[in-house]
Amino acid sequence: MRRTFIKSLLAATVLSMSVAGTAKAELSGSVNYIIPFGPGGESDISARFQQPFFKEKFGQDMVISYQPGGGGAVGWASLNGLNGDGQTIMGVNLPHIVIKPAQKDVGFTTEGLNSFHWFHFTPDAIVVNASSPYQTLQDLIDDAKKNPGAVTLSGSGKASANHLAQIKFDKMAGIKTTYVPFKGTGAAVTALLGNQVKAEWGYTTVGAKQGDAVRMLAVAMEERHPLFPDVPTFKELGFDMVGGAYRGIALPNTASEETTELWSSMIAEINQDPAFRQQMLDGGFAMLDVGTDEVDEFMKARTEQYLADARAAGLIK
Amino acid sequence: MDFGSFLSALTPLNLLFALFGVAAGTIIGSIPGLTATMAVAVLVPITFSMQPASALILLGAIYTGAIYGGAYAAILLNTPGTPSAIATTFDGYPMAKRGDGDLAVALACFASVFGGLVGAFALLFLAPPLSKVALAFGPVEYFWLSIFGLSLIASLSNGNLAKGLAGGAFGLILSTVGVAEVSADIRLTFGSQTMIGGFGVVGALIGLYCIPVLIDLVAVPDRHLKVEQGVQSVKIKPAFLIALNSKFNLLRSSVIGTLVGILPGAGGSVAGLVAYSEAKRTAKPHQKFGEGEPDGLIATESANNATVGGGFIPTLVLGIPGTPPDAVILGALLVQGVRTGPALFQSGGGSIAYTFIYGLIIATVLMLPVGLIIGRYAYKSIVSIPKAVLVPTVAFMTIIGTFAIRNSVSDVVIMILLGVFGWVVGRFGFAASPIVLGLILGPIAEQGFVQTWIIGSAIGDLPGMFFGRPISQAIVAFTVLSILYPIFAARKHKRAESNSEQVS
Repeated sequence: MRRTFIKSLLAATVLSMSVAGTAKAELSGSVNYIIPFGPGGESDISARFQQPFFKEKFGQDMVISYQPGGGGAVGWASLNGLNGDGQTIMGVNLPHIVIKPAQKDVGFTTEGLNSFHWFHFTPDAIVVNASSPYQTLQDLIDDAKKNPGAVTLSGSGKASANHLAQIKFDKMAGIKTTYVPFKGTGAAVTALLGNQVKAEWGYTTVGAKQGDAVRMLAVAMEERHPLFPDVPTFKELGFDMVGGAYRGIALPNTASEETTELWSSMIAEINQDPAFRQQMLDGGFAMLDVGTDEVDEFMKARTEQYLADARAAGLIK
Repeated sequence: MDFGSFLSALTPLNLLFALFGVAAGTIIGSIPGLTATMAVAVLVPITFSMQPASALILLGAIYTGAIYGGAYAAILLNTPGTPSAIATTFDGYPMAKRGDGDLAVALACFASVFGGLVGAFALLFLAPPLSKVALAFGPVEYFWLSIFGLSLIASLSNGNLAKGLAGGAFGLILSTVGVAEVSADIRLTFGSQTMIGGFGVVGALIGLYCIPVLIDLVAVPDRHLKVEQGVQSVKIKPAFLIALNSKFNLLRSSVIGTLVGILPGAGGSVAGLVAYSEAKRTAKPHQKFGEGEPDGLIATESANNATVGGGFIPTLVLGIPGTPPDAVILGALLVQGVRTGPALFQSGGGSIAYTFIYGLIIATVLMLPVGLIIGRYAYKSIVSIPKAVLVPTVAFMTIIGTFAIRNSVSDVVIMILLGVFGWVVGRFGFAASPIVLGLILGPIAEQGFVQTWIIGSAIGDLPGMFFGRPISQAIVAFTVLSILYPIFAARKHKRAESNSEQVS
């Protein structure tokens, strides 16, 4: 009897922690930060990096919870039904929130999400196993030209950032490679390390995490990543590719302008913290600070770009 | 592997964390729906202000406790508290039904501690070489592994093969609902947005296992579990003797658990099932698996706790999480500034890793007294609560547990509908386990198949991709064995009975 009581009490505590603070306004208690994916991915890691800084700067706990399903669609479809008092925020990802609704009705639209601040991105990169014969990007291109379709590249998901990058690069380099979709970056990297594929379309974060076990052939940034001064950009090698997967924060669309402004300034403040920046850069991330004043323009440009890429690739009509 | 790491794991504070972690984990794990992943994720922020090693010990202790705690609900309510405890229901619940619930709880504790220790020692001594296992498994190996898992339906369904296969096929169909992982297609949602997320394994577990128990509790006037007369105490000594007697089963199941744990994406549920079917395959003729055979319980509980140590091997050596709780712990490590990789195990930078591993071992040992005490308490409360209180309490927990997975009301509705469905088909002899097996293994099989097909087509050698690799060939051989075994065993059993001699 007493045990069941303790059990229910415990469940209630855990539950109230995950749906905390639905009553009052403006950071009245701990904040619920929903990641619409499982743990361990780039969205989770960057949220975990923000967590202690948020507590330190604003005095409130940031409780991270996971709501995986439908490649993020389950979380985003539920976002606008949540309380807009500013106690609940959700991670949003590009190109996901553009491509998914363009493919099919997934219960949310790109414009319907109040994505108010984009705080970092993981630049696209071609990664090979340290034992790979490909020393440079040119080696990979040469092999792909000699054996069309035989160069296999793993990546996270289909119609995803990795997949779009593969299609785009193939077109630019005039080659044909084979993209093998995996469930998340972790599985795609495992396949690379186990030599199940010849290369991986990943991010700079893979290079940071795997260190000597892998080699990056090129990164899709304007300038070289400070963590990898020896890895050339695609631009240097003559391919106009800059981009990757962008991560931001959204509030339910019932949130007031004040709440949105408050949140945007808080995210920006964490982003400006040198210790946070260093941690992110060491993790292979690239910083970005698109706040409420620029977000519409940013979203418009990215949306057009992704839709054009996806259309050209035949992923959407 | 210095002695200093061992000593730093032994500080009073770290011991306290290990003790608290195991106790909290056991309680959380015993509640269906509250998983080890959730428990670890909620506690990560607390660890930011702690020493990295202490934080890791706390998280590891919660994790291993939760895997053991999953056995309580499996034994006493026929509902796996965590997916790892699915196979624990097969023999655990029948034991409890016939009045041996206390024995089963104690036995689960011994088996879990043993399995946990085997996994942790593998992590301590063999992590870098064993991490190669994770890399040797490519898409095709995962495909065959899941086919092997599905073939276990044959040996689990005890003469009801057609119904078992039908259940498995139904589970496979359920697993395809929603957004497909590797093709991004949206399937079988019938235009409904609530179906986009598909059927979650944990929600399905609660529905298919727990709801039928609740309905039966209400439908029949008998007590929930049979209780012998007199004062009950957890039967530590007889449980220990049984466990000692099954030392080969313990060891085999723990090794299976460790190896399956190393494979990212397989997990405790697969480990428990493989160990269970191995124990059943090598059983003595008088053992009746599925009707309350202690060896079945020993196999699953030692195997699923062995996956804890096994899962940390790719997590710490390769930076690739073996299981979802490992993924959360890996994130916490990154925030702490600990870089994973083989270097973590070399002298110098390795002291945190070793302090953690020693901490995990200590936590596993502490699970023995903690688990026996909490287990005794759990057993007593379940048998002594009147039905009028037990049923609404458990019903409430199933709803809370399902809702807590991703704060979704539609998950709760799906859970209840599945539960009622499970109860109805259960009346016609369809068991829940094949359905759940199909649901868990379907996506692994599909992804493995699609990836193998893509790679095989790219290199122009599909047959070689599917059948040419040595590990796949071995798994295919095991699969054939597992499908043919029930027929073979029946014949062997008959012969053994007529000769009345022991067959092992």
